[in-house]
Amino acid sequence: MKTLSIGLFLVISAGMAQADWLQFRGPNATAVSTDAKAPADDLKIAWTADLPGRGLSAPIIVGDKVFVTCSSGPGQETLHVFCFNASDGSKRWERAMRATGRTMSHNKTCVAANTPCSDGDRVFALFSSNDLFAFDLDGNLLWLRGLTFDYPNASNSLGMSQSPVVIDGTLVVQSENDSESFAAGLDVATGCNKWKLERPKAANWSSATLWKGAVALQSSKGILGVEPATGKTMWNYEDGASTIPSSVVTGDALYAVSHGITALAPEKGSVTQLWRNEKLNPGTASPLVLGDYIYVVNGAGVLIKASLKNGDELWKLRMKGPFSGSPVAAGKRIYVVNERGIFQAIDPEAPEGKVVQEIELKETVLSTPAISGGAVYVRSDAKLWKLQ
Amino acid sequence: MKSTFVCLFAVAVLPLYAAGELSKPIEALRSVQKEGEGNETAAKAWQEIVKADASNLPEVLKGMNGANPLAENWLRAAVGVIADEALKAKTMPVEALVAFLKDTKNSSGPRVVAFDLIHRADEKLAEELTPTLLEDPSSDLRRHPVAKLIAAGDAALDKKDKDAAMVAFGKGLVAARDEDQIKTLTKKLRDLGQKVDLPKHFGFLMSWKLIAPFSNADRGGFDKVYPPEKELHFDAIYEGKSKKVEWVDFTSADEYGKIDFNKPFGMEKSVVGYAATDFFSEEDRQAEIRIGCKNGWKVWLNGELLFARDEYHRGAKLDQYKLPCQLKKGKNTILVKCCQNEQTEQWTVEWEFQLRVCDATGTAILAAK
Repeated sequence: MKTLSIGLFLVISAGMAQADWLQFRGPNATAVSTDAKAPADDLKIAWTADLPGRGLSAPIIVGDKVFVTCSSGPGQETLHVFCFNASDGSKRWERAMRATGRTMSHNKTCVAANTPCSDGDRVFALFSSNDLFAFDLDGNLLWLRGLTFDYPNASNSLGMSQSPVVIDGTLVVQSENDSESFAAGLDVATGCNKWKLERPKAANWSSATLWKGAVALQSSKGILGVEPATGKTMWNYEDGASTIPSSVVTGDALYAVSHGITALAPEKGSVTQLWRNEKLNPGTASPLVLGDYIYVVNGAGVLIKASLKNGDELWKLRMKGPFSGSPVAAGKRIYVVNERGIFQAIDPEAPEGKVVQEIELKETVLSTPAISGGAVYVRSDAKLWKLQ
Repeated sequence: MKSTFVCLFAVAVLPLYAAGELSKPIEALRSVQKEGEGNETAAKAWQEIVKADASNLPEVLKGMNGANPLAENWLRAAVGVIADEALKAKTMPVEALVAFLKDTKNSSGPRVVAFDLIHRADEKLAEELTPTLLEDPSSDLRRHPVAKLIAAGDAALDKKDKDAAMVAFGKGLVAARDEDQIKTLTKKLRDLGQKVDLPKHFGFLMSWKLIAPFSNADRGGFDKVYPPEKELHFDAIYEGKSKKVEWVDFTSADEYGKIDFNKPFGMEKSVVGYAATDFFSEEDRQAEIRIGCKNGWKVWLNGELLFARDEYHRGAKLDQYKLPCQLKKGKNTILVKCCQNEQTEQWTVEWEFQLRVCDATGTAILAAK
């Protein structure tokens, strides 16, 4: 009987297994879900949760928990971290903190602009004010930092949005701006610096990616690959890169948002350029790779499909834009939400690409969706939706 | 055996701390410093505090008094956890929280938290308390009664009672400290034919001596020490960027106190200007110099550098930077360095700043003369 129970438990657990979406653009910042179960083709709003403040940050999903950040108050000084039940959208816990850094930002963005990340045990929530909080999954505060309290000129009056990444016990945060510009690797257990690097003195809203054991720090100067544990340089691509859309990686190459898209194969001490297509020019949204193709949303809201092998363009699909959030994908579908809140599911295998479903969320959406357990999660300034 | 088990269970679920026993873990949270120092100890202490009974909330709030902003957040998070449980169990110590709120010797941060907890536990009571917060030392707490006065004025206008509206809006403006409410009230009062002196309300310093342009080629002027940083001789003539430069008098006509270098010196690029003024204080006191500026800038008070910021054209707003300082009785000299960069886009024309002297609440400190 006991054996049977264990067997049944394993079967049930395997059936329920879902891939987590632990950071901005999900697994390894690829924007592609690794879930065995992709969202269905006829998505509907499964539930909606109210949010008390603004946010461009994306939700992240750890097991059956959805984490979202918001900022509220007249000067957006109140910083919220929420944990919802993925199953029904009920609130598990909320923590409300106070910004210790500057909260000024351009009207279009806000203080909750950086997407949180998780190592599966902890959630790391960074805000534009440079406040950083680490919670366990039950909402216990593990540590905090005030990076502008520590480094008083680390801020950007337009707001900051670089999302952190976590790898092998190191949380990598960037606060790249015109003045006191830096990246740092923090101990996930204590929040203390393992290393801190000076970065180019220039405003930067792009986020790091992880490639073959390196943290790839993108800036206007290029992309610097550093060892996560030490911050030591592994390789350096110095031909410039975007300061808004972030690059994307596969197992074979790093597709840099640099002079359009430039495919790179960085190795220790060197970076080989595989190809470059200057016409693959992302607007605000970051590119994604699905199968053998790279997809770019340009500034006019046109989705461009190109070959991963050589960057050659295959088709263009005009979508309903404009877009601030980035596309994500699962199975054979790409999902993106425009600024007017129109969720669009795209079949990228159709001869010229095809929008196969639209859902009007009727709110301004400036964020990137998240995918887990066959569902897509989208947030606005006032709501979090689960589409399933 | 059964009763032993029940007793053991009861002990296990009882809060570990009764009122007054949290001083050590609170002190551990108050000890956190920059760059994560104290985080490990604080994490353990935080776990102890959140197990406390709701009756401890005033003590934890008191722990926030005078704490640095990091420690305040540690304690704020602990208060949140205890309060969530208290709300569920309906054990929020409302009376003690009201006493904490009313004691203005407590810091602004925890008093704002206390008011929020009262509001969550007893909305009606919070509404009753709101008018008493009109002259509160906390600008956050003032927002509530000011909002009520705006609503009252609007309601009076709906009833065509212009006099009552003017009284409500006027009272609101006197109390308001946040820019959005001040702007709203100013417009409403002016629409009713009332005069509003915004420079006086905010405490902008309007009259300065200016000198420019010195070179800011390659943005190197930001760190270059030009003569006004060494001496303030207002009759001196110096070598400027391309010609001799001298001090000129400038009084702003802008009601948000903008000191615009482009006006006396033309729309120069890659240049540095200085502004100096004297501020007479009635007493030795703590204050804040608040500056809004989208150029690179430095501010000195009586020769002491308060802060320097080398960011260009990312935006400016009222009270963008708050610089705590110590005023001395009598004359205090304020020197501002304002750097324009090389950008040529239309949105990079501004070469200006606004500056006011106020207390930590944002209440203007007006010059003695």
